[in-house]
Amino acid sequence: MIKQATLSPALAQHAGLRIALWIALAALLLAAPFLIDAVLGRTWVRIIDVALLFMMLALGLNIVVGYAGLLDLGYIAFFAVGAYAYALLASPQFDIHASFLLLLPLGALVAAFFGVLLGAPVLRLRGDYLAIVTLGFGEIIRIFLNNLNRPFNLTNGPQGITLVDPLHLGTVSLAKTHTVAGITIAPVHSYYYVFLACVVASIFISARLEDSRIGRAWVAIREDELAAAAMGIHTRNMKLLAFAMGATFGGVAGGLFASFQGFISPESFTLLDSIMVLCMVVLGGMGNVGGVVLGALLLTALPEALRHAGPLQEALFGAVYIDPSDLRMLLFGLALVLMMLFRPAGLWPSKIRRRELAATREPAGTEGADVRR
Amino acid sequence: MDIFLQQLINGLVLGSIYALVALGYTMVYGILGLINFAHGDIVMVGALVALTVVGLLAGSGLPPIVILLIALAAAALVCVSIGVTVERVAYRPLRRAPRLAPLITAIGVSILIQYSAALVWGKQYISMPAIITPSEIRIGGAQLTDLQLYIFLLACGVMAALLWFIKSTRIGRAMRATEQNPDIAGLMGVDTNRVIAFTFVLGSAVGALAGLMVVLYYGLGHYFMGFMLGLKAFTAAVLGGIGNVAGAMLGGLLLGVIESIASGYIGDWTGGLLGSNYRDVFAFLVLVLVLVLKPSGLMGQRVSERT
Amino acid sequence: MNRRTVIGAAVAAAFAVALAGCKKEEPAAQKTDAPRAIESAAVRIGSASPLTGPQAHIGIDIRNGVQLAIEDANAAGVEIGGRKVKLELVAEDDEANPTKATTVAQKLVDSKVVAVVGHFNSGASIPASKIYSDAGVPQISPSSTNPKYTQQGFKTTFRVVAHDDQQGPTLGRFATATLKATAIAVIDDSTAYGQGLADAFERTAKEAGAKIVAREHTTDKDTDFKSILTKIKGRNPDLIMFGGIDPQAGPMVKQMSELGIKAKYIGGDGMQTPNFIKLAGPAAEGVMASMPGLPKEKMPGGAEFLKKYKAKFNQDVELFAPMGYDAVMVFVDSMKRAGSTDPAKFLPEIGKTSYNGVIGPVAFDEKGDLKNAPITIYVVKGGKWEALETVSPQAAPSSAGAGSGKK
Repeated sequence: MIKQATLSPALAQHAGLRIALWIALAALLLAAPFLIDAVLGRTWVRIIDVALLFMMLALGLNIVVGYAGLLDLGYIAFFAVGAYAYALLASPQFDIHASFLLLLPLGALVAAFFGVLLGAPVLRLRGDYLAIVTLGFGEIIRIFLNNLNRPFNLTNGPQGITLVDPLHLGTVSLAKTHTVAGITIAPVHSYYYVFLACVVASIFISARLEDSRIGRAWVAIREDELAAAAMGIHTRNMKLLAFAMGATFGGVAGGLFASFQGFISPESFTLLDSIMVLCMVVLGGMGNVGGVVLGALLLTALPEALRHAGPLQEALFGAVYIDPSDLRMLLFGLALVLMMLFRPAGLWPSKIRRRELAATREPAGTEGADVRR
Repeated sequence: MDIFLQQLINGLVLGSIYALVALGYTMVYGILGLINFAHGDIVMVGALVALTVVGLLAGSGLPPIVILLIALAAAALVCVSIGVTVERVAYRPLRRAPRLAPLITAIGVSILIQYSAALVWGKQYISMPAIITPSEIRIGGAQLTDLQLYIFLLACGVMAALLWFIKSTRIGRAMRATEQNPDIAGLMGVDTNRVIAFTFVLGSAVGALAGLMVVLYYGLGHYFMGFMLGLKAFTAAVLGGIGNVAGAMLGGLLLGVIESIASGYIGDWTGGLLGSNYRDVFAFLVLVLVLVLKPSGLMGQRVSERT
Repeated sequence: MNRRTVIGAAVAAAFAVALAGCKKEEPAAQKTDAPRAIESAAVRIGSASPLTGPQAHIGIDIRNGVQLAIEDANAAGVEIGGRKVKLELVAEDDEANPTKATTVAQKLVDSKVVAVVGHFNSGASIPASKIYSDAGVPQISPSSTNPKYTQQGFKTTFRVVAHDDQQGPTLGRFATATLKATAIAVIDDSTAYGQGLADAFERTAKEAGAKIVAREHTTDKDTDFKSILTKIKGRNPDLIMFGGIDPQAGPMVKQMSELGIKAKYIGGDGMQTPNFIKLAGPAAEGVMASMPGLPKEKMPGGAEFLKKYKAKFNQDVELFAPMGYDAVMVFVDSMKRAGSTDPAKFLPEIGKTSYNGVIGPVAFDEKGDLKNAPITIYVVKGGKWEALETVSPQAAPSSAGAGSGKK
């Protein structure tokens, strides 16, 4: 398992200790929403829920960028497609109210379809061009979603879709507060568990993928595509698979998002959101599941924590000189630049990536020579 | 026919602005192989600086052309400083890093420039005091202002100047050499670092000019205006053949015309199914088509397939 | 291995520090310069609007209106159920973003506000309304115009502004009946607000027999409208209607005059701002726009409000500050009538409101929409907005309808 590689040798040898740690972690995760509620308030439980959704997104993008090395700047389109697929079939829009058991897998399929659709024409393109084209696709999807309310109303255009059904099984709806054994479980708590389960599943799938033939094929393509092809790897199919698999994560996350928020509109799926997810992957540690999860958590939670910068400035300086939201963006941009300069593999890097990125710093060496790769 | 002519004129002027911005992209890409995401934001800073200067000098009684020149000088100064600093601090250390790193750095720089501008100028739309009143020119049934004509001529002029520069001066030759093979150029005595820095100087200066034109033409500036403009200009550069100065000009004009015509006629062509709200989609579709069908662009040289 | 754990620990520590700085979410109440506190219970009123981002100038304007109302109320002394209470402002920034809006809503609910004035855009008000409804916190939006906002079946949603299905048709009727336009071109900015307004306008104009010669769309980030305007010019309209806001309307009007288009130009409240005139320059002369509410000079207390606002905030009212102001006053009025600051108790009273505010008479229908919302059409004359005509769904002119039966 991945964890094994990152724990110190002493720890690795004590199987008993490892199991105990896992159990402790599991207990912590299960109790988390109530602990956070008590210490920090319900707002933070909600923030953690959103962070979990973004973890799924980051894990999905990690497959595309981290494993296969394909820079996708339009990833949020899959999130959007999943969200709309769910919302269209579980809301008053067409008055269809299908169950999430059908819709979430459907969202994954639809997203995968779009992943292949997007991937197919761009496979031959080099890194920079690929990035721009995926960016273009992301924008195209958003524009279509925003405008497909004429000549017939498919997506309800900029007004978005309201009253999206929450997750529910029979009469048990996650949008209501339940009491179990004397504990009050609010919607934010219920959704936390659903999201947590999905994130855990995503982590599991990512880990299996990484350690499979497919994963190794991706590494080969990433490091030297010609050589990989020469070794008999179907580079085209592998790349398509990366897009499709990455997209499915986005599709499922999208459906969950729609049910959680009860309302979706094209405004939630802009280029900035794509860039955010990319930064979660890059800053956290490309190719490393743990790093990516960390990146998602940090980049969702820190901006919220930074809201306090406003009152803090007032307390210290008597006036707000830098808007907290501007401050957040400035720090963000700075973080990107600094990370690339000093720690390009991310905060918690995967060993392979670290080796790759460090090796090419030296002027000698076969792969770093051409400036214009 | 009048309407078509008018749309054409609209497109050419819009395209001239794209061309001016695209020149900056194409030069940097040609020499570094890097898409400088931040270039659109440098244009924005130039626009806002020019706007501020004009605002300060508007009541001073100086003739408008003098005010504009001062504004241009100020904008160029600021833009060049930013461009050179960014190159030195953020891009140079990453010259040998894999594709992903400088691209992400460029995104980071773009965000930094945008929000620093927001700090300085605020997030409002800022209007340009009207110091020149454009006069009308009629061609057939279409209407044109002399400002529009100047923008078009200026774009052509700048391109011609750049072409001559790259062809006939020593630095121009050095730029071409570095573009073709930086290591060999280095061996032949070219100081590649200097040349690259100079490319950024040139690109940023042209960007400042583009910013001034934008703000004169539309009459307003905003901290976020660089983004879409940059994207479209990059599309134009790719359309014409990235790395190719004449290509940037051609690509810009062509993209402007395509956008104008499509936006004006798409509703009629598709019987109301698609409308002018899909205008941005056209630009992206053009980009995708060019990259898929002819990645070297209209005027570019064939680039090797090797990643 | 070591370096990694050090960095990991540093990140965790930084994170922990940031979190510790938050504690249990009790966002600090904004300082207002109300007279020093009489020892009384503090009643919190929330304000949610975009304080950053491209619509910040409108969002800050709303918050200012709310702040002014709270200060005025406190200065006059608020007595509810025999007790003196002091109002406190809790202002949050939703960045006009739907997801942030839900976070902000949760935050406000958690900090125990009794009522919320917000949000600015429908895209934020609608998702947030679910949270307020679940918590029983009444919400008055000063500016959201999407009809769906009050159609979700929540008891807590209200608004003090005409919505698109009211403002659009009013504009349409004005265009056909008063301006006698027969060939109209309609443009929208592809946002919920702009498109909703334009669609409602188009429907009404068509019903009145006018011909819609062109229907075009742009975005809320565009600055170049030449191609759309050229196409419209070819269709020879006598009126162009734009559903959108001032950053687009300004340049659009300017480009219209550059292209030599002689048609009249009319729009909604999104462009009825001083900023529009600045952006459009001399081309703004003759442009018309509607704005829900009575003309500020005719508003009872309108002129005074403008003066007070300018004195305190050193800038003119942007757009919705009076609505924000009145929203607070409506809350206070409802609390007084219910004799309680408990939302469960004064929520039902809000529906029965009959209050004369800065914006005119305020009363709500059963969905929470403003009843008999007067709409004023303004025109730009001599570089300023001037009231041209006030239209009301039930033609009740300026006698501020005291006590006329509501609901």
